[in-house]
Amino acid sequence: MSEPHAAQNSANDYESALSSGGPSSVAAFDTHDRNFLQKLQHFLHSSPAAVPLIVLIMSLVVFGLLLGGKFFSAFTLTLILQQVAIVGIVGAAQTLVILTAGIDLSVGAIMVLSSVIMGQFTFRYGLPPTIAILCGFMVGAFCGWINGVLVARMKLPPFIVTLGMWQIVLASNFLYSANETIRSQDIAQNAPILQFFGENLRLGGAVLTYGVIGMVLLVAFLWYVLNNTAWGRHVYAVGDDPDAAELAGVNVRRMLISVYTLSGLICAFAGWVLIGRIGSVSPTAGQFTNIESITAVVIGGLSLFGGRGSILGMLFGALIVGVFSLGLRLIGTDPQWTYLLIGVLIIAAVAIDQWIRKVAG
Amino acid sequence: MTQEPILSARGLVKRYGRVTALDHADFDLYPGEILAVIGDNGAGKSSMIKAISGAITPDEGEIRLEGKVVNFRSPIEARKVGIETVYQNLALSPALSIADNMFLGREIRKPGFMGKWLRKLDRSAMETFARDKLSELGLMTIQNINQAVETLSGGQRQGVAVARAAAFGSKVIILDEPTAALGVKESRRVLELILDVRRRGIPIVLISHNMPHVFEVADRIHIHRLGKRLTVINPKDYSMSDAVALMTGAKAPEEPVAA
Repeated sequence: MSEPHAAQNSANDYESALSSGGPSSVAAFDTHDRNFLQKLQHFLHSSPAAVPLIVLIMSLVVFGLLLGGKFFSAFTLTLILQQVAIVGIVGAAQTLVILTAGIDLSVGAIMVLSSVIMGQFTFRYGLPPTIAILCGFMVGAFCGWINGVLVARMKLPPFIVTLGMWQIVLASNFLYSANETIRSQDIAQNAPILQFFGENLRLGGAVLTYGVIGMVLLVAFLWYVLNNTAWGRHVYAVGDDPDAAELAGVNVRRMLISVYTLSGLICAFAGWVLIGRIGSVSPTAGQFTNIESITAVVIGGLSLFGGRGSILGMLFGALIVGVFSLGLRLIGTDPQWTYLLIGVLIIAAVAIDQWIRKVAG
Repeated sequence: MTQEPILSARGLVKRYGRVTALDHADFDLYPGEILAVIGDNGAGKSSMIKAISGAITPDEGEIRLEGKVVNFRSPIEARKVGIETVYQNLALSPALSIADNMFLGREIRKPGFMGKWLRKLDRSAMETFARDKLSELGLMTIQNINQAVETLSGGQRQGVAVARAAAFGSKVIILDEPTAALGVKESRRVLELILDVRRRGIPIVLISHNMPHVFEVADRIHIHRLGKRLTVINPKDYSMSDAVALMTGAKAPEEPVAA
């Protein structure tokens, strides 16, 4: 409030000190002299994927020194990629949702349901495998669309919506599949296209499955979309401040629905890759993919509060987890050490995120 | 005044349940002027401004822009016909850059294949435009147009928001409490910005609680009380305490609506 009883001419008096202080430039975006820590903070603020990349390189160096050639072989390094492919794809879906300040707990369940649909539609109803795959994609997108509608139109919290959806989709998956696994040999004989992403390119010792290539292409494509299209910028704006985005002319509801639908679609793609990875169609596969994808996203430096981070960070985060699991297994430690270290990484990543955010203050 | 108002409203009514926020309120904005809107908290001035900027739809009454009746269902529709609003919370996305923010919701795509099929944004065009607009308003000491808005001070953010409105608001600019969160020095700069914008011929509606600021820049002052326009005064004929007395009901207006 203003001072109601102030004399009128005092209006300019209290500001007269300003004119003597020389021209007042409000929008001088000067960079003050900063000390090293502030510069580092600023650098990390403007390049969110840098922290996970540094951690990834450091972990590669450490395991390389400990294990030598056993670790630094084309075979081992590409094995890590193969093991990370599924989490990387689902993590891409998770990234989109988390950038809008949401969370998707149903990603793993949607992935498994889609893979089961692809398998069962082929073997139970005798549909051509390509049609069955399309049906799998449609079911995945539909599940995501329901999530999106509930979040955007009913204004329910994403955590609750996807927690419910996780159970619903997983139960539907078991009910529909009657807990039956479709054997790998049957698929290879009758519908090899279902295992397409299990095929690979060999370059010397390096084994690149189509699943790995698919994951890398997907992440690259989404990176382009997020950074160079209006839709991508709106994903960030919606996660950053939905009210501001709405007032600036972004259709927030439509953005949220499209993000969740795309997330479901990407999960269906992960389901197809999953068939290639494990060979069979199993309704019990990928039980912890939702948690693993959130782990990759968090270690990748994306903020759970939305609007900040890069999808490349997610990929680095997934790779860090892959490097740790394989490296520690090669060293021969108890696998529980892997989980312990990943736990430490998660907390460290969020702590660093909080520190970087202070640059805004 | 003999001129036609560029933006006017007659008999606006807005009810929220049992509360009547707007009770047959009128409003007139003439070309090239700065019209300040003052009123006590709860007098309904923000509801009126929201109706004019499309954020709410009034239950009754009509709004005319250049004589033609308009019905806004969203701020986007108001924006399309040239009414830009700078909201109190600024409507900027903190993590996005200055250029991204200026073009949020109206991005420019690259021409040709890249824009049409890959929907690639034309960053250099947007950056150049943003830079030009900021320098037009004397905000051009900016080194990095790709700086995130959250790294700017309050006054700088306000500068970006006003520049955005000035860049796209072809007919009317509405500023809601532009100096409320700013220090003395920054407020001064924003007031100069407002005067700059008027000099370019765009009329401004300024909602403010800050009497010295209102009396300094406004050509006319619209006093809102109990959901309607109480009167319009010329700041040269009245003192600040008169305005406050009118606003709070301690004093009755001499004539119902002065122009």
